[in-house]
Amino acid sequence: MRPVSYSRVADVATAIGTVTADPGSTFLAGGTNEVDLQRIHVARSRRLVDINDLPLRQIEELPGGGVRIGAVARMSDVAQALPVRRRFPVISQALLLGASPQLRNMASIGGNMMQRTRCGYFRDVAAACNKREPGTGCSALTGVNRGHAVLGTSEHCIATHPADLAVALVALDAVVLTQGPAGHRQILADDFFLLPGDTPDREHAISHGELVVAVEVPPLPMASTSIYLKVRDRESYEFALASAAVAVAIDAGVVTDVRLALGGLATKPWRARQAESVLVGAPATIESFRAAADAELAGAVPHGMNAYKIELGRRTIVRALSTVTGDARMVSDDGNPP
Amino acid sequence: MSPVLGAALDRVDGRAKVTGAARYSGELNLPNLAHAVLVGARVPSGRIIGIDCRQASVADGVHTVLTHLDLPRVAAQPKLFPSLAGLTAHGQSFFPMQDDVVHYAGQPIAVVVADTVERAEYAGSLVQVNYAETPSATLLDQVRDQAYEPQRIFGGLVPGRNPDRGDPESGLRDAELTLDLTYRFAANHQNPLEMSTTTAVWDDLDRLTLYDSTQGPTATQLSVAELLGLPPTRIRVVSHFVGGSFGAKALIWPHVTLTALAARQVGRPVRLTLSRDQMFHSCGHREEQEQRIRLGADRNGRLAALTHDKISLTSHFDDWAETSLESPAITYAAPNYAGGYRLARGNTITPTFTRGPGEATGMFALESAMDELAHTIGIDPVELRLRNHADVDPDTGKPWSSKGLRECYQRGAELFGWAGRDPAPGTRWEGRWQIGTGMATAAYPVAAPISPQRARARMYIDGSVVVEAGISEFGTGALTAMTQVAADGLGLPVDRVRFVGGTTDLPNVAAAVGSAGSGATSSPVHLACTQLRDQLVRQAVADQHSPLHGADPAAVVVRDGRMCLRDRPEVGETYAELLGRNHIPDVETVGTWMPVLAPMTDYAMHTFGAQFAEVAVDADLGLVRVRRLVGVFAPGRILNRKTAHSQLMGGMLWGLSQALLEATRMDPNTGRWANASLADYLVPVNADVPEITIDTIEVPDPVVNPLGVKGVGEIGIVGTSAAIANAVHHATGRRIRHLPITVEDLL
Repeated sequence: MRPVSYSRVADVATAIGTVTADPGSTFLAGGTNEVDLQRIHVARSRRLVDINDLPLRQIEELPGGGVRIGAVARMSDVAQALPVRRRFPVISQALLLGASPQLRNMASIGGNMMQRTRCGYFRDVAAACNKREPGTGCSALTGVNRGHAVLGTSEHCIATHPADLAVALVALDAVVLTQGPAGHRQILADDFFLLPGDTPDREHAISHGELVVAVEVPPLPMASTSIYLKVRDRESYEFALASAAVAVAIDAGVVTDVRLALGGLATKPWRARQAESVLVGAPATIESFRAAADAELAGAVPHGMNAYKIELGRRTIVRALSTVTGDARMVSDDGNPP
Repeated sequence: MSPVLGAALDRVDGRAKVTGAARYSGELNLPNLAHAVLVGARVPSGRIIGIDCRQASVADGVHTVLTHLDLPRVAAQPKLFPSLAGLTAHGQSFFPMQDDVVHYAGQPIAVVVADTVERAEYAGSLVQVNYAETPSATLLDQVRDQAYEPQRIFGGLVPGRNPDRGDPESGLRDAELTLDLTYRFAANHQNPLEMSTTTAVWDDLDRLTLYDSTQGPTATQLSVAELLGLPPTRIRVVSHFVGGSFGAKALIWPHVTLTALAARQVGRPVRLTLSRDQMFHSCGHREEQEQRIRLGADRNGRLAALTHDKISLTSHFDDWAETSLESPAITYAAPNYAGGYRLARGNTITPTFTRGPGEATGMFALESAMDELAHTIGIDPVELRLRNHADVDPDTGKPWSSKGLRECYQRGAELFGWAGRDPAPGTRWEGRWQIGTGMATAAYPVAAPISPQRARARMYIDGSVVVEAGISEFGTGALTAMTQVAADGLGLPVDRVRFVGGTTDLPNVAAAVGSAGSGATSSPVHLACTQLRDQLVRQAVADQHSPLHGADPAAVVVRDGRMCLRDRPEVGETYAELLGRNHIPDVETVGTWMPVLAPMTDYAMHTFGAQFAEVAVDADLGLVRVRRLVGVFAPGRILNRKTAHSQLMGGMLWGLSQALLEATRMDPNTGRWANASLADYLVPVNADVPEITIDTIEVPDPVVNPLGVKGVGEIGIVGTSAAIANAVHHATGRRIRHLPITVEDLL
């Protein structure tokens, strides 16, 4: 591990001031990703400013039906919080399907928003990686890319965003509240995460020294029956091959509103707007779900080993929609598929 | 035999392990300890044209940085040899840092020694290396056309072709029905929880103590002695507890000797612990491979011919293939048989043992093909195997020393509820899940060391006993089982016996590998303890002050430490009374067992079992979940029911993992493993583990060794993956002929 200095701060202003003063510094919350990356020399901060003592642990109900989650609230606490479970089960499910109990007890919500890709080439300092070292190239394009993204990719980077929670937040139009040297900002979750484009090293729409202080989820009544579906090789403790966060409102068999976001498939938590626009006003049937899935994946780009993800993504969308709408036609009366 | 043998005794070291009192090799606190870190080559092939250690050498806390330019040369060229032989046991016929050539990625090119691990790691990252890269090959497909037939494989112990039986080609030609199937296997790594670690301590008399995580302390001693040019008398190896191995620590790899060389260089104790990433590059792996099976059979399913050919990737130094053909060759009574290995060289460390070495892949191929045969001719898979049951060894015609396979099929089928199975694939649904069942035969050779095995038993004046043999405890439960063997042999309660292993100071037993550990250790322990018992009985009957004076020794039995007449148990005395009265402080015997090897006997020796699996497949999302596993095995005598079942269960979980999860993926562009971490190399978590039922058929075996122990370490994994793949076919109608079976195969 590189030599690193460490300090603990007790208030937000000091935290921001300390990090801003040193371009080689960074905030440290649960450390489940940051310390790992420091140890393998991918993260190269020389100063870690520990923000675990900041008064940012609250999980509060907001008037009107929203929720505000402090940045250093632990994943496990948020997953169990009653307002979250009641109003936004998709958040609770996404959290509980992520990481392991030990990691969830350490990892913070703000840190979760900042977690880095699991791309093996990003994590291997001997490999070319535009995200880690701009201009060196992307080893994943022709390498072992079974887990890589098919949506939102560029010729410079196809690294998958690893999030579960952020997929739910993007679906729910959550807002990331930040505080920095230039003051307070509110950033829509979908805008908080950046596409790789020509600058895959830039992943978040915030600058050095700007601290995530909270996430606010606005009211959304139909989210009370929302779900998170995660497809992966093993039952637990693995990042998604494909996932979907979905909330739907149906009136008289017709979709009146829908929120759909995808994980495991894209370079950022992926709001499935194409699918949403196909679905709104369409009958809540398997045919509509398939049409929506086809529309969303129409622009997907495979790179060798990850080609299966396009079909898997379609089916994950269809399964999530049919599950959340309780569509019984996926299985006929005799137990066989139609 | 007393009831202590086979009893489900709790682990004698269980409390020490769960409280942390058990010290592993990487946990010992030594004064002045320094820490070494390896720097591995980043390219798979080429030359080092420049290596700049200036920054690293002046980093905080650094004692030294060693490269091929300044590391002392080793005294001998190592030669790969399996550790079961009990001799030197180098993992490969190559030692790094002797010149500037890079043969494989991760090959050690520098050793950094510093006062803390963190500082050594950091200094390691500062070593600047320039390579002149040369073209590399790291995948089988890149060098398949250069494959050759090796004369011998496996350190020269196994011929490159099995001897033919009959005339396989005409057997196939004349068969009513033939199948020709090819199976592919991803490379696998062993991934023990404890990463390999060595601590080297030189004393003032140039004697070396190595605290090493090893399956065989003597293997470490002899191998390091050869490379350092020292007599073994100057090297002592200590290895009390090892945190799992699964083959990673079965042979001795370069980092062990590098640690000793580094410690000599800096003049203080040095510890080296491989990182998890380095574990993927430093102690071998199960090689990427392909196996082709051809079956010829009649309409009733009777096998006329079987051929089995394997092609796999090996290193530039060694003709290594895990021995995948041995059990498949003798599992069924096919009159015509041929099988052989082909190898292709690549830029890799020499592959090595991984749990169920050879048979885990070989039996997957055979048992998948047998399932296809059963399906093709429309007979029950169990019935097909019974029709081809090998009543004698089909290779030699010798009778089995013990078998029990028919009983395993029968008991397994009962426990699983196999009877009445609808053979039609793809017809059972539960909601979105398709349900299927499958089975397979398990088989594993009974291996034994080729050298004498020794143990010592010493009784003290109070009648307590210490029994010693130089084994390491790497999670198998050996300390517990050997305590039971000793207590049984002496007629003592287990709490009067302490079994000690873990150093080369003790009588020598070969490395516990290939399921041979229980047989190789229990035999001399049993002999030492029964000899000690008999010696004390003879002494009692010769002692005129003993109540047993003048009795026939054959009429004396020992129970709870008391020698007495079998027919008049009230006449007798305890060991302690005999020793105390005669002022004998202790009595000691050494038991020596010369292993029984196949060519020396009139019997064939093999272990068998039967595996059954039920899976649920969500083919829409490509998911396979194993719902139930049943395994019934006939591993001879069980020494401890609890630890044996744990071993078998662990093996079956390995099989599940091989079937559905485990693959080390090579990137041919970088020449490095692309998923060298436990986040990316998947093994099952608790949520993946289904209900597992295990039973054993205890078949008496008077041939293999004194207690009839055939071993439980490997047989549990064999066949599990085939049973699961066969169940996937039954569920979905789809044949997947490679491992692992993953989401993309079933979409």
